[in-house]
Amino acid sequence: MTGGYAVAEALRQIHPDVMAVYPITPQTPIIETYAKMKADGLVETEMVQVESEHSAMSATIGASAAGVRAVTASSSQGILYMAETLPVVSGLGLPIVMCVSSRALSAPLNIHGEHGDVMAVRDMGWVEMFAENAQDAYDQTIIALRLAEKVGAPVMPIMDGFHTSHTTERVEVLEDEIVRTFVGKRQTEESLLNFKDPITIGTLALQNTYFEFKMNQEKLMQKTKSAFKTICSEFAKISGRKHGFFEEYAMDDAESVIVMMGATAGTAKEAIDKLRAKGKKVGLLKINLYRPFPYKEVGSALAHIRKIAVLDRAISFGAYPPLYQDVMSSLHFSASQKHDIASYIYGLGGRDTMQSHIEKVFKDLEEGEIDNKIKYLQ
Amino acid sequence: MNKELSKKLSSGHATCAGCGIPAIVRTVLGATDEDVIVSNATGCLEVTTTIYPSTSWKVPYIHSVFGNAAATAAGIDAAQKAISKKNGKKFKPAKIVAFGGDGGTYDIGLQALSGALERGHDFLYVCYDNGGYMNTGGQRSGATPYGANTETVPAGIESFGKTQQRKDLMEIVKAHGIKYLAQANAAYLPDLKRKAQKALNTPGPSFLLVLQPCTQVWKFPTSQYVAVGKLATETNFWPLYEIEDGKYTINNVVKNPKPIEEFLKTQGRFKHLFAEKNKDVVVEIQKVVNENMEKLVKKAQIS
Repeated sequence: MTGGYAVAEALRQIHPDVMAVYPITPQTPIIETYAKMKADGLVETEMVQVESEHSAMSATIGASAAGVRAVTASSSQGILYMAETLPVVSGLGLPIVMCVSSRALSAPLNIHGEHGDVMAVRDMGWVEMFAENAQDAYDQTIIALRLAEKVGAPVMPIMDGFHTSHTTERVEVLEDEIVRTFVGKRQTEESLLNFKDPITIGTLALQNTYFEFKMNQEKLMQKTKSAFKTICSEFAKISGRKHGFFEEYAMDDAESVIVMMGATAGTAKEAIDKLRAKGKKVGLLKINLYRPFPYKEVGSALAHIRKIAVLDRAISFGAYPPLYQDVMSSLHFSASQKHDIASYIYGLGGRDTMQSHIEKVFKDLEEGEIDNKIKYLQ
Repeated sequence: MNKELSKKLSSGHATCAGCGIPAIVRTVLGATDEDVIVSNATGCLEVTTTIYPSTSWKVPYIHSVFGNAAATAAGIDAAQKAISKKNGKKFKPAKIVAFGGDGGTYDIGLQALSGALERGHDFLYVCYDNGGYMNTGGQRSGATPYGANTETVPAGIESFGKTQQRKDLMEIVKAHGIKYLAQANAAYLPDLKRKAQKALNTPGPSFLLVLQPCTQVWKFPTSQYVAVGKLATETNFWPLYEIEDGKYTINNVVKNPKPIEEFLKTQGRFKHLFAEKNKDVVVEIQKVVNENMEKLVKKAQIS
């Protein structure tokens, strides 16, 4: 099945009460598949076909505040169109899951895969996790829902538009009952439907209180990290599949390592296998949990690596790209402090990244072609 | 304060002296004995009733952003429908009422309102129309009347204030084919209550457009709030009417409407219109008031 179908299948098993959605490529396969499931009587979810992404998230907020399980899905311009509401969701602590097919931002218009959209909203208090393939996208949707409802924070499971959302792959699907037991029912103490002890949601906080609201939100984000770890180990018990902050691939004796996220990590793994066969000591650190970022853990994982290349599928105009910045910060936690680090940008607007590109990066690292200039894998 | 009046919105809120918004909210929410949930757009009502750690709301209340009161209400409606599906008749859905000012309704929230009306959600949307962005200090909105002096279109040597007529929101909402909508005025609370009862008993979406004279930006003494509101209706600037299943009814036919100057002269925002050079502006305002009233009368006769 495609990544889009896999996410819809996970959502069918999760069975949210409300799904408010608006079409945008390359997210549409998720909501179209789900709508067909509903048309065939497989789910009873109340689908609200809204008139914009702004209203998609707004209706999801209303439903979630009313105490039911509410989800949505989006991409690119859609995420930016609803951006105003994203910090509201995290500020209110609503456990909303938004499944994302990441895509480039206009202008010029481009509907293809890239992480520019989710990077633009990375400081809005949402948990962000990146999938490598359709299996990850399926698994992470389930993990995301459980995490959101456990800690009271919104979560975006993210797959690469087209490369994952539209590519057919083999996906192992769990039994419905197993997933339903795993996610359980949403437990809410406070909701808009409590008329005996009515609550006011979305207050005005002035200079004397706003600051503390934000500090508490950050504390919650840090708690999310440990909750994510626990949920991943519980998920491993029901699925046999390991998830965590990141995946270390051929890292043990590696001398040169690529750090990256998302679908192209699959290409990197194949390139690494080939290079390993030739005796090259190369490895990959694939980040799964991007927000909150596991700085300390990434720092320790890279402590023994001298040569590091960070590959970003996003551009940050006038600055180093986002993952590179986060990896640099992580290295403060590295015991050795002796690292040569290079920054690469790849795959913008759906541009294919081939094994040859990955080989080129490792060649640069091997030959010491490492400086503080951003390089582009066009 | 009267316990009945403050049953859903308590006293101690921070609206300006002479503001009619609390009276509108209390009248609308007081029109039902059923459970009610409030969705509120950003604006005067929201900032004056929810200053953390206090709240004036005694009913469940949600505010998230400026333009999404209707979409948030739609989500609450969807949640109630989902619960109804699971629980059948054991669950009695609450009434959902969205409140927004004219900025949050005519302008930034219009698309969300239109979508929610078109999808047929079961909720009442109440727009309190004070003719501008009063919470931010009195800027021009799509509801600001022609000729009004605003912070963003001030009157001056070369300007008589707003050069466009108000958007006809009633006709825009009506075009969605909803079963009940009405125009009311905070100065006529019994009429508003009757309309709110009708609206709340209408299945699907319903809409109320309520004139809310703003003492701060319209610039009149706080004691004159009802008098100014009444003049808006007595001059036919703000006729009271309702549209039920497409049928128009004028609720308060004014036999001898007062000249529009009677309304304009009560407010500082129109003061400049009484200068010699702006005579034509007043003539134009009167002309459009007359035309609009004639159109409304015709619609009431035909339907």
